Amino acid sequence: MELFLHQVLAGLATGGIYACMALAVVMIYQAIDHLNFAQGEMAMFSTFIAWQLIQWGFPYWLAFGATIAISFAAGVAIERIVLKPLHNAPVLSHVVAFIALLAILNSAAGFIWDYTIKSFPSPFGAGPLFEQGLMSRHDAGMIGVTLLMLVLLYLFFRHTRIGLAMRAAAANPESARLAGIRVGWMTALGWGMAAAIGSVAGMLIAPVVFLEPNMMLSILLYGFAGAVVGGLTSPGGAVIGGFLVGIIENLAGTYIPVVGREMKLSIALCIIVAVLCVKPSGLFGRPVVTRV
Amino acid sequence: MLRRTVETHEPQAETVAGMAVPAWRLIMFVLGIIVLATIPFVLKNFFIFQITLALIYAIAILGLSLLTGFNGQFSLGHSAFYAIGAYTAAIMMDGFDINYVWTLPAAALVCFVFGFLFGLPALRLEGVYLALATFALAIAIPQVLKSSLVEHWTGGVQGISIIKPDAPFGLPLNSDQWLYVFTVLVAIVMYICAHNLVRSRTGRALIAIRDQPIAASAMGINVSLYKSLTFGVSALYTGVAGALGAIAISFVAPDSFTFQLAVALFVGLVVGGAASISGTLFGGLFVLFVPNIAETFSKGLAGAVYGVILLLVIYLMPTGAAGLVRLITGKLVRQGR
Repeated sequence: MELFLHQVLAGLATGGIYACMALAVVMIYQAIDHLNFAQGEMAMFSTFIAWQLIQWGFPYWLAFGATIAISFAAGVAIERIVLKPLHNAPVLSHVVAFIALLAILNSAAGFIWDYTIKSFPSPFGAGPLFEQGLMSRHDAGMIGVTLLMLVLLYLFFRHTRIGLAMRAAAANPESARLAGIRVGWMTALGWGMAAAIGSVAGMLIAPVVFLEPNMMLSILLYGFAGAVVGGLTSPGGAVIGGFLVGIIENLAGTYIPVVGREMKLSIALCIIVAVLCVKPSGLFGRPVVTRV
Repeated sequence: MLRRTVETHEPQAETVAGMAVPAWRLIMFVLGIIVLATIPFVLKNFFIFQITLALIYAIAILGLSLLTGFNGQFSLGHSAFYAIGAYTAAIMMDGFDINYVWTLPAAALVCFVFGFLFGLPALRLEGVYLALATFALAIAIPQVLKSSLVEHWTGGVQGISIIKPDAPFGLPLNSDQWLYVFTVLVAIVMYICAHNLVRSRTGRALIAIRDQPIAASAMGINVSLYKSLTFGVSALYTGVAGALGAIAISFVAPDSFTFQLAVALFVGLVVGGAASISGTLFGGLFVLFVPNIAETFSKGLAGAVYGVILLLVIYLMPTGAAGLVRLITGKLVRQGR
């Protein structure tokens, strides 16, 4: 029983990472209706910027804020420069553009900051949260920040004019445009916000997995998985999905003997596919209804 | 559409520079065959090997094209079928001493069954969800190949080495040249089959399912059956390519079939033109050569250069190479009037 509890808590801790990433994934999905494969690399690049700022002697929280601002601007710029010209291109071309972005950011980060593993400071300290040492203070802080972001996002989308405009632009671009919403800029804003949330996720994850250009590849995958399990239309569902994926992954690795460490990922993904087959729009997502 | 019916009111063949479009197609086809036939006698061995690989990728992309381009089902997991084909060939040749020629139909059969079975749950998924499920498949396969359960067969992380076949019947070709000829022959058969499939009643059903699934089922098309069969056929193509790839490289290991391969195939599909049979040849060449070209610009920034090239290609040809060709012939046809 103690082992079980321990594994669930450890799963919650890693789940916090995935939940962060899943939230960013859902954000951009809301704005552009696609999964963004470059999301992980964008977060990684932002984290490198934060690392550089800290290296230059900025205090942590100043670097934190500056990175969020820079990431937001960069996200908007990416949308305006890279994706706007592809506005009318088929979906497949968009996905290829994401892959291109991924390659560019990954290679550029490796070129600027090289591939050695760097440690990243935690604002919450590294010690255990309670005496038993089941969960570290950083893990708890990370989960706290994720939940805080979720609440802020909820308030933003529910109770501000611009949040409403963004939802309208994503749900029905034509009608939104007729109602006077600048749909193109709403999309760019969505990219900016996704980049900013991604940068927060990156800065929270980096103390755990260490900073290097390939740090996000598997985390993004789990983030996708969490987002899809929870439902791509629901930010809250995505966070819960992220936690679920973390817990499932840990329990599968512990209790299914053949799985071991190296096949954890496959098992988690199989479970996700199984969930999707039963409930195609995710656990908390709205089923998509289209008019014929 | 309307304008078109007006234009073709009086029957008149579409012509470019005074020759009908089908005639041009035939000329291009014959030219292509001539180029393919001269390659082994004029180029160096390494280059022949590279062209062989490009053709193999093209076959794999053709499989993906049938699924994504013609049937509208997303897949980011075709590296899995490629791997299964490659391992089928390698295990048959290494473990059972079976002639390499027979590994191709075996790989085709195994991959068809596997693809068909994967296609059944995939029926419930669409768009990004299907992309994620296939993505999961691509991630899982290398791990499964490495796992201790199947290590006895797959050789675990080390993989399997096989012997490169020599030319049969005492043909005066070295093994690279023979493999090239063999691949070309297989590719021609595969391309003709795909061409006929897409032009057939079945092919029209696939396209109808892609464009209007509900209307298609109202017309009496069994959507589920066709979709999972397409998954099977698509896997078959990619599996045969995988088997050819294993024979050509004469080595298989789990880490050659990672998610990167699936992405490469997907990129090849899009730059070639999603619903285009001949475009896949361009895709195969792109997948093989562009990363190398990017590396010649700058070693450290190779990935970035590759990304920029990719973006430029997408900007210049949003509908792929095939789309660009179609655009140009369309312009020429209109000028000819």
